[in-house]
Amino acid sequence: MKETDMLTMRGIHKEFPGVKALSNVDFTLRKGEIHALMGENGAGKSTLIKVLTGVYPLDRGDIRVEGIEGAVINHSPEEAQKNGISTVYQEVNLCPNISVAENISLARQPLTKWGAVKWKKMNKTAEAALEAVGLKIDVTKTLGDYSVAIQQMVAIARAVDVQCKVLILDEPTSSLDDQEVKKLFEVMKSLKNQGVSIIFVTHFLEQVYEVCDAITVLRNGELVGRYDVAELPRVQLVAKMLGHEYDDLAQIRSQGGESLSGESRETILDARELTKAGSIRPFDLEIGKGEVIGLTGLLGSGRSELARLLFCADKPDRGELSFKGEAVRAHNPIDSLKRGMAFLPEDRKEEGIIGDLSVRENLIIALQARTGMFKLLPLSKQNELADKFIKILSIKTASAETPVSQLSGGNQQKVILGRWLITDPDFLILDEPTRGIDVGTKAEIQKLIVQLAREGMTIMFISSEIEEMLRTVDRLCVLCDRKKVGELKNENITQHNVMAAIAGGNQ
Amino acid sequence: MSDTLSLVKSKGRALVGQRLFLPLFALFLVLIVNVIKTPAFFNISIQNGVLYGYIIDIVNRSSELVILAVGMTLVIATGGIDISVGAVSALSAAVCVRLLGSSYDSYATPMVLAILAALTIGMICGAFNGLLVSKLRIQAMVATLILFTAGRGVAQLISAREIGGKMVPGQIIYVRMESFKGIGGFLPRVIVPTPVFIAAAVVLIFYLVLTRTALGLYIKTVGINSRAGRLVGINSTFIMFLGYVLCGLTASMAGVISSSRIYSSDANNIGLNMELDAILAVALGGNSMAGGKFSLAGSVIGAITIQALTTSLYAMGVTADQLPVYKAIVVVLIVSIQSEELKRWISARGGKKA
Repeated sequence: MKETDMLTMRGIHKEFPGVKALSNVDFTLRKGEIHALMGENGAGKSTLIKVLTGVYPLDRGDIRVEGIEGAVINHSPEEAQKNGISTVYQEVNLCPNISVAENISLARQPLTKWGAVKWKKMNKTAEAALEAVGLKIDVTKTLGDYSVAIQQMVAIARAVDVQCKVLILDEPTSSLDDQEVKKLFEVMKSLKNQGVSIIFVTHFLEQVYEVCDAITVLRNGELVGRYDVAELPRVQLVAKMLGHEYDDLAQIRSQGGESLSGESRETILDARELTKAGSIRPFDLEIGKGEVIGLTGLLGSGRSELARLLFCADKPDRGELSFKGEAVRAHNPIDSLKRGMAFLPEDRKEEGIIGDLSVRENLIIALQARTGMFKLLPLSKQNELADKFIKILSIKTASAETPVSQLSGGNQQKVILGRWLITDPDFLILDEPTRGIDVGTKAEIQKLIVQLAREGMTIMFISSEIEEMLRTVDRLCVLCDRKKVGELKNENITQHNVMAAIAGGNQ
Repeated sequence: MSDTLSLVKSKGRALVGQRLFLPLFALFLVLIVNVIKTPAFFNISIQNGVLYGYIIDIVNRSSELVILAVGMTLVIATGGIDISVGAVSALSAAVCVRLLGSSYDSYATPMVLAILAALTIGMICGAFNGLLVSKLRIQAMVATLILFTAGRGVAQLISAREIGGKMVPGQIIYVRMESFKGIGGFLPRVIVPTPVFIAAAVVLIFYLVLTRTALGLYIKTVGINSRAGRLVGINSTFIMFLGYVLCGLTASMAGVISSSRIYSSDANNIGLNMELDAILAVALGGNSMAGGKFSLAGSVIGAITIQALTTSLYAMGVTADQLPVYKAIVVVLIVSIQSEELKRWISARGGKKA
């Protein structure tokens, strides 16, 4: 450990049953530095933080903190706090129903020898703690009366108050507006000047460039590298997060499919000024029959939200949508289903699988819903469909009657895919169909997309993995900050262009 | 030799692994104890032209509970609960009896119409519960608490009678016509009690509806993952609503049978505490209180087990005021043998010893 280091983590390993969450990750935090921890979903950011703060036990590795002899292993967040490492989570973990001062001194209130709280002393301490983060508010007022931003500051004040050397901010800005973010950054900078080192987890690129000194990028549980912010242009950062260097992969795509007759397609879906407050800003989108259209953007850019509006999984506030030339008025999934749409949602567990039901029941449920409650599909027909799609998608299951929850993630995903293919849709939306599944299955699903498109199905494909998109889509919509910011077509769909568009275009 | 042994073992394990094994086992246990304590328990004879005996009594008396348990199973499968069924039974009974009137010569309303009215009231109550739970998203326990308390009050208002020139609510109103007694008693020249037929018919009809239409599949889907259900086009709001309506319907059926047994409407006692027994029946049947997969047969066995327990305890000379204590002890035992956690604990301990 060097003189200038506040915290070092070396060779960190963490495994969950069946998943390598972190493998051989190094992390170095210097004194008085704001350090961004970046990576897409599942990269291992939260696992690294949780291993550091003792939420998860560490499998292997060495953690050292400045001023402490020997290796530091925290068994609980409380222990981490004693060792000078405090965390403020995305959701404010304080009690909104008691005063600001009580929150700051919760579980360590100054007491008289009779066990009563010394209110005056407690309020004074709270005021002092808040002053350290540049906040002057009435500490006797209930915490819930203040805005989320102030509550976040109070949480930071509370964290810093405990002889904190390392402050971890886990996506603190996701619920703040621009003004509030600015205020938070001031606090971060002033803490930095007081010698506190900050680990800043965020998805917003701009913020990283505004406030951070260094960046560590993780991908798939592995360390990509540690960089100084000044030396890493945005496009490079995006490339590192998504996992590909610059080379143009367009030729791979041309191997995948060549039916790109472009403008001559007949329009199947047309959205005008479609919007939903707080989820996606107004967008126009026209999709041609038989087209494979990709949606890309970083997490939280609004790609899933856009897809959900098209399927009517969420109701739009304003705007018009027409499908197959007819205006869409009834905004319910069942209506979309009857129109010939299908939607594989991003969250497989919460919105996809119906755990205790068998593979057969999970496969036929959408077709059954479209057929209607009083026309139960005959069991022979159900079995036939189930067997057919288990075979087509090579779903690995003991039998069609096995509860779907007993299947692996990849096979569960195939079941949901099969559920929609059984309905023989004209327009299929796939939101992250390959997330969290093994490489072999990924390739199978990609091949299937290309094949279905050749057979005339229109497909919307959303994925965090650029390479996968390049291989499969004809056209790519780029989203940023809940807004559709551009479209890339044919020869323009290159790794470079995509990343430049995601990163904000001009860098 | 070892082959046959392992075959027996695996067959045994397959039997134990069956969903209905534990509910049946519990019922079996209750009956076994009876054979030892009351040797005459299984005797069935014909007296006054009808079947007679403890077993007949159990099957007969459990009819209302079986019917209630069927409705309750559906509500619980959608992830809800309905604690108003007892009160709804009382309310439906009051409506039925009020419409029939107390004349010795004729009904004030034809019996079929009065019963239909009672069933309609039950469904309206169910619709009210369903609206609160499925549409307004009020917690099921709270939503059905409203009718749990109010239902009996309304039943008492309906059971008002003129005493000394004033209408006094909460009176016991008697039906004097013989034919009304047939519902809860015996039909002419039939040796099996009528409620048994009604209960069997209800179970059969519900079973057919649940398995011959997609309703059963929809209810399971809504109970397991209503968000996923919505995306595949299932209207989970409507399915939940329907569950409560059907539960209200079964409650009113039970109410009509109960009132026929005593050929009167007693707003204070009809269906009293029946909601608890109905919920217990569903639980004893091995159904998850969190909703999802359900077994109608399990609930029916659960209902019969509860009645068997009650009848057996009476047969052993336990007094009515002491009954709940003994019942509670047995229920704790039955629920415990179904506990996954307990099984794990026992197998962990067994593992240590071995």
